[in-house]
Amino acid sequence: MNPFDIPLQALLGQLLIGLVNGSFYAMLSLGLAVIFGLLGIINFAHGALYMMGAFGAWILMDKFGIGYWYAIVIVPIAIGVLGIVIERLFLKHLYKLDPLYGLLLTFGLALIAEGIFRDRYGVSGQSYNVPESLQGATDLGFMILPNYRAWVVLASLGTCLGTWFVIERTRLGATLRAATENPHMVQAFGINVPIMVTLTYGAGAALAALAGVLAAPVIQVTPLMGSNIIIVVFAVVVIGGMGSILGSVLTGLALGLIEGLTRVVYPEASNIVVFVIMAIVLVLRPAGLFGKEA
Amino acid sequence: MRLTTYVYIALAALAVLAPLIGLYPVFVMKLLCFAIFACAFNLLLGYTGLLSFGHAAYFGAAAYTTGYLVKTLHWTPEVAILGGMALAAFSGLIVGAMAIRRQGIYFAMITLALAQMLYFVCLQLKLTGGEDGLQGVPRGNLFGMLSLSNDTTMYYFVLALFVTVFLLIRRIVHSPFGQILKAIRENEPRAVSLGYDVERYKLLAFVLSTTLAGLAGSLKTLVFGFATLSDVHWSMSGEVILMTLLGGVGTFFGPVLGAGIVVALQDNLADKVGSWVSVIIGAIFVVCVMAFRRGLVGEAQAFFGRKKKTA
Amino acid sequence: MKLKSLNVALALALCISAASTQAQVSGNTVKIGFITDMSGLYADLDGPGGVEAIRMAIGDFGGTVLGKKVELVSADHQNKTDIASSLAREWIDQQGVDMLIGGTNSGAGIAMAKVAGEKKRPYFNIGAGSTRLTNEDCTPYTVHYAYDTAALANVTGAAVVKGGGKSWFFLTADYAFGISLEQDTAAVVKASGGTVVGAVRHPLSASDFSSFMLQAQASKAQVLGLANAGGDMINAVKAAREFGVTKTMKLAGLLVFITDVHSLGLQATQGMQLTDGWYWDSSPETRAWSKRFFEKMKKMPSMAQAADYSATTTYLNAVKAAGTDDPDKVMVQLKKAKINDMFAKGGYIREDGRMIHEMYLLEVKKPEESKYPWDYYKVVAKVPGEQAFQPLSKSTCPFIKK
Repeated sequence: MNPFDIPLQALLGQLLIGLVNGSFYAMLSLGLAVIFGLLGIINFAHGALYMMGAFGAWILMDKFGIGYWYAIVIVPIAIGVLGIVIERLFLKHLYKLDPLYGLLLTFGLALIAEGIFRDRYGVSGQSYNVPESLQGATDLGFMILPNYRAWVVLASLGTCLGTWFVIERTRLGATLRAATENPHMVQAFGINVPIMVTLTYGAGAALAALAGVLAAPVIQVTPLMGSNIIIVVFAVVVIGGMGSILGSVLTGLALGLIEGLTRVVYPEASNIVVFVIMAIVLVLRPAGLFGKEA
Repeated sequence: MRLTTYVYIALAALAVLAPLIGLYPVFVMKLLCFAIFACAFNLLLGYTGLLSFGHAAYFGAAAYTTGYLVKTLHWTPEVAILGGMALAAFSGLIVGAMAIRRQGIYFAMITLALAQMLYFVCLQLKLTGGEDGLQGVPRGNLFGMLSLSNDTTMYYFVLALFVTVFLLIRRIVHSPFGQILKAIRENEPRAVSLGYDVERYKLLAFVLSTTLAGLAGSLKTLVFGFATLSDVHWSMSGEVILMTLLGGVGTFFGPVLGAGIVVALQDNLADKVGSWVSVIIGAIFVVCVMAFRRGLVGEAQAFFGRKKKTA
Repeated sequence: MKLKSLNVALALALCISAASTQAQVSGNTVKIGFITDMSGLYADLDGPGGVEAIRMAIGDFGGTVLGKKVELVSADHQNKTDIASSLAREWIDQQGVDMLIGGTNSGAGIAMAKVAGEKKRPYFNIGAGSTRLTNEDCTPYTVHYAYDTAALANVTGAAVVKGGGKSWFFLTADYAFGISLEQDTAAVVKASGGTVVGAVRHPLSASDFSSFMLQAQASKAQVLGLANAGGDMINAVKAAREFGVTKTMKLAGLLVFITDVHSLGLQATQGMQLTDGWYWDSSPETRAWSKRFFEKMKKMPSMAQAADYSATTTYLNAVKAAGTDDPDKVMVQLKKAKINDMFAKGGYIREDGRMIHEMYLLEVKKPEESKYPWDYYKVVAKVPGEQAFQPLSKSTCPFIKK
């Protein structure tokens, strides 16, 4: 397909879909970065938490008739609590070891979660309807904008900015950053660092679950959705580097857009474009675009 | 010393007699293929300390290559296997050169991401058959003469290659090269300060490991007659990690044992518990990481080692 | 060095446990193996319902043939060709399976055909559509029973072009089945004077159809041909409605099962024309059988499930007539027999393995036309098998003498 023949509507439509995907990348890589910053582990279970967020919304609707606007509050809290339990039960014991063990452990947890959901719900995917208040589309003249997708972009941008604000501009965030640099010093100031670590993991989990709830009406809710996205998010994290929160958000959004653009120009490559960019970045700037470590 | 000798003789006898005493040759061949795969992986993780999370890429790339060479170009199996290994080595070289620029956890993520890229490439290429995979790959005639279509003949061919790989890895580890790898694993800065070009050693170990992983993939294609997306999927990378971790990272026999347990588990459970296989595998991961990080063989060695000291 | 002996003990234990998994081959039963998608996007139209249909067939046959017990083993291939292939191999080698039934998914179906052909076992494929099963990937042991993509293309494709849908864009599931269906339909469209503007391939069991819908919309074709099935077809129809594609393009579902119509609802599917090899509400015989099926499964049978029943019965009849379960003798008998049951009237299995029987062009009723549950279709035309399926002269199957 010649890119110049593509109607504006299709181009903008693909970009919007890219931006929506980018929002999920941004939220997930943000959570990964926050967890990595304080716990020093890469949370492979992040994809599974995202999947459970989507399933949580679907189960609330399907089994209890509880709608989207409640789910968007209840589910992240529930998954956040689950994250806290995971941290207390497992991760806590691994901090002194090679961080690779954290990766392997969370990989195992992800397999367990995926297996349980596959057993109960199969792999074919469940549909979650767009909430009534966001159904339909707005005609912007040059394109038709589905309302729900616009909401996803706004909501995730808001969440990312909020997280950034908390970490970079508040006292709580300052303590957190200090604990990342030197946990013993912070502990000496009378701050309970282990609890902070636990809560951080919980917050990261909640963030993943929130992304899951936002995603539920856009894509098929399947047990495999988490592992499908998490590997792309890993590439995003490698590209952006995990040093900066704003950096990982921007990288996520930008890569989503690039994917959308690829779908217009050369659809066959849309699945691999992120990985290709990662390879290029590794060659040119091994530490990542926003990375600090050499 | 004598005991070890007896033990290896007993094992060898069992392996040689396996088809005669009624073991299903296809099952034992599958086990041996994965044992080769796990041993190759262990060379990297156990003796060099690099965790590759994308080893399925080389296994699968070789599986497809061999399948294509045999099925479409009608090459003889031994040359097709070499072709598969060559491609595995080549992709290992490219990925390795990129991935060793970062360390530890980043290394794991990069290998995983690049392997996923290969997965998508295989999904879309015409040569690989996409979602359908390559089916009905014939086993062909070894050196153009000996037909491998008989399961027993094929079995001895696979067994011979497994023994070769097992001995080769022992040889590598005990060689001066292997000692340097261990030195890098133990303390990389020290190895650097001793004047070793650490990156080159790491890359060489990576390529060796991917080449042998390729051998495993090529053999698997010939045994089963197919190469599919499952061979390049990340869950395959996860499985080989599990086999090595469960058996014992950095032990000779551990990966073989781990491969045996995981393959037997999957074969016996798949039709009984369905998706719970994945739960069980995940649970084994968790238990290994939490409770015995040295793996079965490693823990046994530690246990007997301790006993010997007290005795 | 004791630790080494432990290694060995463990290895031995392992090998012994492996040995115990081996089942004794028993010549005293006729064993049928059924491998299909039990949990994925096609599970609804075949899956557990298919198992039940085969069980009903064995039960109706009396549970024995030639004085031997008939047994059924079934498994889920999870839409993975490697699982299908290795299960088939193990069942034939280890469990003494005498006949294989392949369910949905053409990729898995072709993989099983290769194994069954190599091991010389009768292989009935039912749920898979790809014409490759009786063309380049044919074997003397394959019977392609219910339908294929050529028949779907010949019936639906031609009908839609005749109805004014001249320019087509395809949304295709990217594997054996989808590609066969797209190619076969495109050929029919062109032969009937239509044009094909383009196509987009989506992965099997795709999670998001939105970007494909934008591509379809940009093509400005009149008809969006859905060369996919089951869950993918359902989700594509939903996405088409969400993105307003249905306002500018006519959707043509190229393979629609009654279970798909049931889950989409008549509101979303009314007026759609489709091809099916069987409809539960077409004769007293089909209604009677479907009622029995409904009591067990709480849903009406699809073509695939009815064909599972029929194929099992056909096989058992052939074993009875041949007086043996010897694969070659049974195949000879199968290719001689006429099939007359609630699934097919005057059906027969051609030399290339294609089962020839009547196909239906159906139209989905409007919600107000539907009088009772599962009353979904109007029969527009009955197409004789010789006309619906690819003629033997066009087959590329290597062992067909020309």
